[in-house]
Amino acid sequence: MADVLERADAQGAAAVTAQDKLKVIDCDIHPSLHARADLYPFLAKRWQHHLETYGGHLRTPFTSTTPYPRSSPLLARRDAWPPSGGPPGSNLAFMRQQHLDPINIEFGMLQVLDLLVVSQQNQEFGSALQRAINDWQLECWSRPEPRLKPSILVSQDHVEAAVAEIERCAATGNYVQVNISPRANEPLGRRRYWPLYAAAQAANLPLGIHVGGYGGHAPTGGGWPSYYNEEHHSNAHSMAAQLTSLIIEGVPERFPRLKFVFIEGGFGWVPAISWRMDKHWQRFRDEVPHVRRPPSETVRERFWFTTQPIEEPEHAGDLRAVIEWIGVDRLLFSSDYPHWDYDDAHSAFKIPLTDAERRKIFNGNARAVYALG
Amino acid sequence: MRIDCDIHPGLEGTRATLLPYLDAHWQEQVTSRGIDGLDLTSYPTTMPLSCRPDWRPERGKPGSNFALLKAQALDGLGASYAICNVLYGAQAAFDPYLAAAFCRAINDWIAAEWLAREPRLRASIVVPMQAPDLAVEEIERLAGDRRFVAVLVLVQGETLLGRRHFWPVYAAAERHRLPIAVHSGSQYRTAPSSIGWPSYRLEYYIAEAQAHQAQLLSLILEGVFGKFPGLKVVMMESGVSWLPAFMWRANKTWKGVRVEVPWVDRPPADIMRDHVRLTTQPFDAPPAQADVERLIEQIGSERMLLYASDYPHWQFDGDCAIPQGFPASLVTRMCRDNPLETFARLEAPA
Repeated sequence: MADVLERADAQGAAAVTAQDKLKVIDCDIHPSLHARADLYPFLAKRWQHHLETYGGHLRTPFTSTTPYPRSSPLLARRDAWPPSGGPPGSNLAFMRQQHLDPINIEFGMLQVLDLLVVSQQNQEFGSALQRAINDWQLECWSRPEPRLKPSILVSQDHVEAAVAEIERCAATGNYVQVNISPRANEPLGRRRYWPLYAAAQAANLPLGIHVGGYGGHAPTGGGWPSYYNEEHHSNAHSMAAQLTSLIIEGVPERFPRLKFVFIEGGFGWVPAISWRMDKHWQRFRDEVPHVRRPPSETVRERFWFTTQPIEEPEHAGDLRAVIEWIGVDRLLFSSDYPHWDYDDAHSAFKIPLTDAERRKIFNGNARAVYALG
Repeated sequence: MRIDCDIHPGLEGTRATLLPYLDAHWQEQVTSRGIDGLDLTSYPTTMPLSCRPDWRPERGKPGSNFALLKAQALDGLGASYAICNVLYGAQAAFDPYLAAAFCRAINDWIAAEWLAREPRLRASIVVPMQAPDLAVEEIERLAGDRRFVAVLVLVQGETLLGRRHFWPVYAAAERHRLPIAVHSGSQYRTAPSSIGWPSYRLEYYIAEAQAHQAQLLSLILEGVFGKFPGLKVVMMESGVSWLPAFMWRANKTWKGVRVEVPWVDRPPADIMRDHVRLTTQPFDAPPAQADVERLIEQIGSERMLLYASDYPHWQFDGDCAIPQGFPASLVTRMCRDNPLETFARLEAPA
């Protein structure tokens, strides 16, 4: 914090003060299991046994770590390990102390990555896990800490089970969105996934798409990269490709009340992909007659983007241009707590924002998207 | 002076065009097995993008008529030079010997039937990246012919271009002052992005931009430009407007995890400004001129863009391929100085 204050000019310092008073809605917080047994109260014996015997089955080479070694153990900030033990994000009291209270969090959206239920190859197992994870979020996080809002996490590739899970959870009235992976077996615009969108729309829940997962495809159009550096960057490319897929397949038009939230993909790429879609849509219109208007218009009305990892232009002022190109109404603050590339609400934006902009990005936009009252 | 860095002469087919340039073995193979129709799936010749309506010949494939190409791309657009990039599918074959034989034939055909007939034409060497040693052989075979000014590869291949098995190709290219031209188009080995195979060609074409970005990351992070400091890479038909935001994210991610690639000793954007060039059609930019100007400023260099028409692809109408909103100083550089610096084998006219 001292470092940030030293760097801030007078206007920046004033903004920090204003920020201190602003209640923040954080659209990306990762709670973590302390141990797999945390799930057992919510998981049938048959699947407990499966988990212990066979473990997860993901399309990656290693059983117990990610294919690209990350920059820190469990992706975490080095100071995020709870003093009482357990992995980062597993201790509610420590999360309150380190993140929720000092950042003045009004609401936080839970995004669960444990066991990657979205990508489990054994779909029956995946369905049992998603149910357990969704119950665990509610019982172990949201009930004891009502600021934390659970998401209905479903594996998009077992559509039937996912729809049933959306309906089961939505009926409780406790969940704020439906979460799926941008790395599915097929692009998310394709028809096989439409029943999910129908269910989310019927439940009046936005569709959250959080980076990550293993869909079996190489992370790039040119094959498998060598480095985490490339794999990390490819998350933004996945998001740009899914934005394209959803719009060019006509999903927003087919589900006119559904809202789309892209989570942890950053947002600097949004203007360029919007211009590119518009430019080439003109040339290919007779291939996609169901897309009736310029894709950029749909982006500006139906899609929202969380801000982390925050864009850092070489000249800080260029962030202003990017925000104007996207529209300040489309951005939702997120921290990614407790991960290594965490964004601090006080210092993430390296340009002065007006009070109105700040209120939108850090609170108002998310309040409206998630109907938080 | 105006150097058009990306035009596409059309190749009618293996039997119709390449037979005289294949050896006896491949002539027999092509004939007896009917090895033909290798037009890339990325560019069906009949779709609107593949040929501007007023450039489409009455007969034959887009760009295949010499007189039309001369009248439209050279005289019509005022090109002092134009660099031919042939997109017939030799680069996408699975059989590495077939690929090498077809690449040889394509290169000999372009030299005999295009370069020899028109002094303003230059060409990129088509190489079989399926077998990097054979790609090096092909570069060495043609390196003495100064009309070949680049090495052409597809942006979506079997493995990312930074990988070590391709380095002998870059050593040969650097030795002969040939930039690597990375052109849109796919071998169709992997899906165009991490999300899988899209339904529409429109999605595929939009995704080419991300494929170009992934290749730049690969080339930079694997250390290709440190190993080959004289090498330049030209992203062709890649689009341009993604460049600033891509540079920012590349810098940011590198700052965060540079411990993984300690040989990358400066920000990726700086490396791009020194080694990477992009052709300007299609220019997938914002509609307002003021925003184009902002975008150009964000690129932060007047050396990166190269004028190109992408003839006969339908990227613009009228007779000026220079996008609106470019400052005059940039236009001069992108039409003349930047191409001459990038394609070092092009002679500046007296």
